[in-house]
Amino acid sequence: MFHLNSTFSTLRKSEKIIEGLLWLSATITILVTVGIIWVLLSESVSFFSEVSIVEFLTEKEWTPLFADKKFGILPLVAGTFLTTFIAIAVALPIGLTIAIYLNEYAHGTFRAIIKPLLEVLATIPTVVYGFFALTVVTPFLQQFIPGLAGFNALSAGIVMGIMIIPMISSLSEDAISAVPRSLREAAYGMGSTRLQTAFGVMVPAASSGILVSIILAISRAVGETMIVAIAAGQQPRLTLNPLVPIETITTYIVQVSLGDVPHGSLEYRTIFAAGLTLFIFTFALNNISFWIKKKYQEKYD
Amino acid sequence: MSKKVYKLEAKNLNAYYGNFHALKGIDIAMEEKAVTAFIGPSGCGKSTFLRTFNRMNDFIEGFRTEGDILLDGRDIYDKKIRVDELRKEVGMVFQKPNPFPKSIFENVVYGLRLQGIKNKAVLQETAEKSLQRAALWSEVKDNLNKSALALSGGQQQRLCIARALAISPSVLLMDEPASALDPISTAKIEELIHELKNDYTIVIVTHNMQQAGRVSDYTAFFYMGELVEHSKTKALFTSPSDTRTQNYITGRFG
Repeated sequence: MFHLNSTFSTLRKSEKIIEGLLWLSATITILVTVGIIWVLLSESVSFFSEVSIVEFLTEKEWTPLFADKKFGILPLVAGTFLTTFIAIAVALPIGLTIAIYLNEYAHGTFRAIIKPLLEVLATIPTVVYGFFALTVVTPFLQQFIPGLAGFNALSAGIVMGIMIIPMISSLSEDAISAVPRSLREAAYGMGSTRLQTAFGVMVPAASSGILVSIILAISRAVGETMIVAIAAGQQPRLTLNPLVPIETITTYIVQVSLGDVPHGSLEYRTIFAAGLTLFIFTFALNNISFWIKKKYQEKYD
Repeated sequence: MSKKVYKLEAKNLNAYYGNFHALKGIDIAMEEKAVTAFIGPSGCGKSTFLRTFNRMNDFIEGFRTEGDILLDGRDIYDKKIRVDELRKEVGMVFQKPNPFPKSIFENVVYGLRLQGIKNKAVLQETAEKSLQRAALWSEVKDNLNKSALALSGGQQQRLCIARALAISPSVLLMDEPASALDPISTAKIEELIHELKNDYTIVIVTHNMQQAGRVSDYTAFFYMGELVEHSKTKALFTSPSDTRTQNYITGRFG
């Protein structure tokens, strides 16, 4: 009896310790997140005490490092939007096509080969993608587009699109294969061809899941740093022209972080305001995707 | 001497899932505008056999057939046959109601839209006619734009029947169409089958022997991938010629 009791108590003790460790790691994660947001906010607040939010949002130039300082975030937002748009324009049709192909057409063995290959795309370091864009894609495109600058949004966006193809294809494929088999059978039973089944029934039924994949891909593209820092240039300008050098929010943050801007100066604080802007974008996108996912799951349960 | 052409025929049909021999040398001929019921214990091959008539098994990897399946005397496994065209001729109603997540109206006219028919009047007319044939019109006529998923299970199943009828097939395959429904909905579906056999050749798989007795003209009993017995429903249930049939219908196994 005594023996049994003692084992029981040591068991309980180790269980308590493990429980505590789990609690600690969860808490640390939350604390770090809170800390990051707090730093972002507090530094941004002191930035906005010197630069008005109205100027930040409406000024058309971003020149904090020049003698004539202007603090309009719009050029950086435009650069981010431009590269993201190009990336999605590349990744969405290709990713969705792959997802549909794998689901409706490909046979088991082919699928078993192609899926891991796609995952390889996701494992290539982004810095490799970056110099691929700069040293391969840009010179290649320059043969067809004479006005293309050495640094430009176009090749950075295209390569970023290639990078996020696996994200869209695998998430969309999950969404399509989650559509009940009975729906696919209904479509085929009515005499639909594979194409009619895919686009008339499967894709619409999986549309919310596909939308989630697109939003997460956008979020990824907005936050992507290395490719645009290497290949898109460092010239903030308010343009939607993909052929000239631009600068994204992320690239600007890299530029200032690596440069010799003195800590604590107004110039230094710009990166927190830029970071906050970026955070708001990605935070909103992730929340939208979360919300769609939740609604979507209710629909099929 | 001209040979009689049956609506549906299987000649020495063998089917395999990989190495599994699912259907063994099946020979059957089914009359036009008659209801044939397939009965037998689970895993006996009756659903597999039903699905060879519209080639729904094509999607299953490793599935293959030997022998012939004939529709109006034509081999439907012929290379020249377009499977999507075949399925317009041989409609199917599944075990679980599977309406599309669209409106009631869009569900019924789905097959017409596939054929590129855009004329509103034609669509309206066909929708109404098909829903009436499926005995659903009076219940949904004021709510045609409502989502099909909002209907009850029995209504959904009749909607699926209406959807199949809308493209005027000549054969209707039903894979346990009432097994997921309550008794009242089941009675409605059975009544409907009685109505429909004036115009369609119907093949129905069922687990429910009373149902087979009520709705079918002919019954085929399957056991372990073999067609054991095929005859007039009354004859099969009152004086089965094979002891396995006898044992099954008297409830000794299955």
